[in-house]
This record gives sequence, C-alpha cells and structure tokens, in this order.
Amino acid sequence: MSEEEDEIILSELSDEELTLQMHDDLYDGLKEEIEEGVNILLERGWQPYEVLTKALVEGMRIVGIDFRDGILFVPEVLLAANAMKGGMAILKPLLAETGAPRLGNMVIGTVKGDIHDIGKNLVTMMMEGAGFEVKDLGINNPVENYIEALESGEFDILGMSALLTTTMPYMKVVIDTMVEKGMRDDYTVLVGGAPLNEEFGKAIGADAYCRDAAVAVETAKEFMAKKHNQVSA
Amino acid sequence: MLVDDTTLTEDGLDARGEKPARILVLACGALAREILALFRLNNWDHMDLTCLPAKLHLYPDQITEAVTKAVKKHRGDYSRIFVAYADCGTGGQLQARCDELGVEMIAGPHCYSFFEGNDAFAKVAEDEFTAFYLTDFLVKQFDAFIWKPMGLDRHPELRDMLFGNYTKLVYQAQTNDPALDAKAQACADKLGLPLERRFTGYGDLQTALERVSV
Repeated sequence: MSEEEDEIILSELSDEELTLQMHDDLYDGLKEEIEEGVNILLERGWQPYEVLTKALVEGMRIVGIDFRDGILFVPEVLLAANAMKGGMAILKPLLAETGAPRLGNMVIGTVKGDIHDIGKNLVTMMMEGAGFEVKDLGINNPVENYIEALESGEFDILGMSALLTTTMPYMKVVIDTMVEKGMRDDYTVLVGGAPLNEEFGKAIGADAYCRDAAVAVETAKEFMAKKHNQVSA
Repeated sequence: MLVDDTTLTEDGLDARGEKPARILVLACGALAREILALFRLNNWDHMDLTCLPAKLHLYPDQITEAVTKAVKKHRGDYSRIFVAYADCGTGGQLQARCDELGVEMIAGPHCYSFFEGNDAFAKVAEDEFTAFYLTDFLVKQFDAFIWKPMGLDRHPELRDMLFGNYTKLVYQAQTNDPALDAKAQACADKLGLPLERRFTGYGDLQTALERVSV
C-alpha cells in the first residue's frame, strides 16, 4: 500500500474510532494529531469534559499502566504528556466555561534544594485531567511557599515531590511546620519521587506515598471521597 | 585486565586476583576503574573486586536487592565484604539492608558527593543544586547512560524539558586526561550547559577503601 493510502484522516473516523485513534496518538506522543482530534470531537458537539475524560485521560491512563509495567519509559511518557498538554490547552478554557465537575483542589511543588520536576509535572497534568484544580508552585520551594499557599484556604491536598535522597527529608520539615501551626489535619498530604517509598511516607507523617502519577490520582480521589463521606455523615 | 566500559555498564565485572583474597569490594560498575587503580597504587592484593552493572542506577529501586543477592553469593568466600555504593537513590534502604547483613558501605548520598568529599559536597550543596554532574566513567558512557536512556537520541526536543532547570555541568575528574576533558565539553554542548571541570581524584572512595584494607 502507498503511504497516502495508509494515512488516517481523523475527521473521517466515527466517534468511537476517533477516540481509540486518539489513545494511540497519545501513546505515540503525536501532539498535532491530538489537538486535531480534540477540535473534531468538539465540533461534533462533545462536551469538553467528555473529550477530556474519554479521549485524553483514558489515553494517559493506558500510558501510565505501560510505564508502570516497564513497557514505556520516561521519554515516551514525556512525549505523551506533551501531546496531552496540547489537547488540554484547548479544553481548559472551555472546561472553566462549562463548569465541569471539580473533585478537589491541590497545591503541588518540588521541595527546597531540588530542581527536578518531570514527575511533578506529570502528576499536575493527570490530576487536572481527572478533575482537580491544581496550583503548581514549581521547583525549589521553601516551607514558607507551601504554608502561604495552604493558608489561602483554597486547597484540600498538598503534594510534594523530591528526586534526591538529600532533599526528600525536607518534606518532613514542611509537615512538621503544618503540625506546629495546627493545620496538618486540614489537608491530605501526598508525597512522591524516585527515592521515596511507603515507609518513608509514613515516617514523615504524610497521608500517602504515590509511586507514580496514576497512583497519585487514584489516591487523591480516595481521600476526597473519604472527606466527603465524613462531611455528610 | 579490565573489561570495557560498555560491559561495566551492562554486565558488571568479576575481577579476582590470582592469590586468594580476604576482602571483597562489591561495587557499582561505574567505580571499577577507580577501585582497581587504588588496588594497584596501594598494592592491595588481598582485595578482590566484583561489580554489579552500572546501569542499575537507571533503576535505583533494584539496587538494594541486587547488592543483597551478591553479598549472600560471596560471603562464604571472604572474611569481609565492603559495599562500594553510596545511598544512590535507594532512600536509605541500602544502608538499612547493609546494616542487616552486617556489611559496611560508603557514606554519602551518591558518588558525586564522595568523589568530591562528602563534607565538601554538603557545604556547597545549597548553592550547587542546579548542577548536573558527570564523573570520568559517566563522561565516557554519556550516550549509554544519559543520552539514550533519556530518549534524547530519538527525541532531542525533550532536552530542555529534561535539563532546562540545570544551570551548569560539573565534570568531576578523577584523572587528568585531555581526551576526557574534550568529551566532557562535548557532553556540555549537547546538554546546552556551561562546563565546569573540577579535579576530585578519588575523594572519600580512597579513604573508605584505606580503612577497609587493614
């Protein structure tokens, strides 16, 4: 077959075929194709939230599983994330306009002395995709940045990230400060990063250690559900 | 006789001397040349070296189990085993396991720290956390260890996403070798970072092995 005959015309696919194709395109990190797919579905009358969850988040969920299972590696995940970012850029303003459901609010940042942000950025994107509002504090955050953000009263969840053995203990500094200020129990604290483990998360007083972005989303959802149950009980 | 750097990255090393040795140094493949150089310089012919593949560093969660397996495999043949790894991204798990196994390891977070000297490295850590480090071995194995695993050979456009927060490349030189200096410069150019060359020698690796050798 010629290359021309092989080429898939996204606009000619049915809705179902197109969402499956978008999962493939996301997997392959094809940003332009994702942007095109998002626009086609919107033109066909899909709600932005539906495009987000059925085409993008589902596609990234598959990427997350294959990353966890060692089939995909960091570069492929970054390309997929970049493609999703392209789609999100189109959807974000529309989601705000259409009042898509919000599961909760999170503030996230890499701790002081650490400039690594790939994992944090993936978590941010996956959390946004799952329906959380996320404020990203960026890298190298002293405790004051976290406390100031939390004191604004907008957030349910604090996320902290570190890649270095030398910087991960700083998470405890932040949690201890929250305890001193009597605000620890007001928030769910999630931590993550390559050298961390569950034991460390428990030892520093976090609510959970999240191995990857997909686990972070699931954990955040569980904690928000518990919180809502407590409120309604 | 030492194997090539690619073998040290992928497979490790089992370097036993001709005489029976009392002490085994169980090391990361990235340290093989430096440790064998120290053996030669100090006439430590009562010490053997065995190395795990350097590429284990790409999966730090596997280091503790791999070291444990190797200690158990070799402990019947030696009166003492010394683990030439620092924490290396294991989040304290390697130290805890070495304590359980009753073997010593090198202090410090990683080889960049102990080559420079843990105290000296800690002193500048606050001002230098935006530095990306390479040692002699990593300069030689830059493509195999950094460029390819990070996917930059296939997707150079990811470079700034991966390295955009770094402000310089520090080449910690264990030896004086103009060819390696030139290669370090090429690595810095590829990463788009200014290069700083810093001669460290063997740093705390040497003092740790001196202590073990007696």
